[in-house]
Amino acid sequence: MPVVIETEENTVIARLSGEIDHHSAKELRSDIDLAIDRHRPEKLILDFDGVTFMDSSGIGLVMGRYKAVKLCGGCVIIENTGSQIKKVMRLAGLDRLAVIK
Amino acid sequence: MKILSEVKLTFSAESRNESFARSVVSAFAARLDPSVSEIGEIKTAVSEAVTNCIVHAYRGNKEKGRIELVLREQENGVLYIKIKDRGCGIADVKKAMEPLYTSCPEEERAGLGFAVMESFMDKVTVKSAPQKGTAVIMTRKILSDNSAADT
Repeated sequence: MPVVIETEENTVIARLSGEIDHHSAKELRSDIDLAIDRHRPEKLILDFDGVTFMDSSGIGLVMGRYKAVKLCGGCVIIENTGSQIKKVMRLAGLDRLAVIK
Repeated sequence: MKILSEVKLTFSAESRNESFARSVVSAFAARLDPSVSEIGEIKTAVSEAVTNCIVHAYRGNKEKGRIELVLREQENGVLYIKIKDRGCGIADVKKAMEPLYTSCPEEERAGLGFAVMESFMDKVTVKSAPQKGTAVIMTRKILSDNSAADT
């Protein structure tokens, strides 16, 4: 499973794993969107702890989910990013849209 | 630039091959003894270039196109990577390389492929002709003192 979804109160936690590229992003996107639709969370936590690789397809993934959560007034928190992933996120200016921990 | 060794392979332009291309490049680059951070950056640049071929080059074609990958170990620890397709080509390369520009925002492409390649590689050259295809040539010097580079 590339993503495990957990929900608690007003929060959806998506624990991502494996490699995020154009190939894998599609499935991740639909799984996370399903959870956003169902729970309308105030907070979406994207946990990158199990992610071993990410290219700019991951940026599209985060930005798309940011827009979806923002529509229902929520925010996005990005957790446990390794150095390679952080570099790609910083390059994209994601730190201006979401909290990167 | 003297070529010390070379690998050339072609594969079909399908998204499953993105991770395959990264693995091949990472296996080839290992002979230059890169740091974890260098290999991560090189894999990311390759992933961007290959994804561009898959997403854009053969858009609308019935038959699956092919992608050619050339890897070279050059003198002084320089890794050379060429990723080439025979797809639709890019009419305006300068515009395509602008950060955040994408021709298909509806697919959540961030428009950052070339920006990532340019920031993670020493040199990126794009040669393209409409209806003929595109070649991306990237080089990166692998630092020999990787105990320092990993910090």
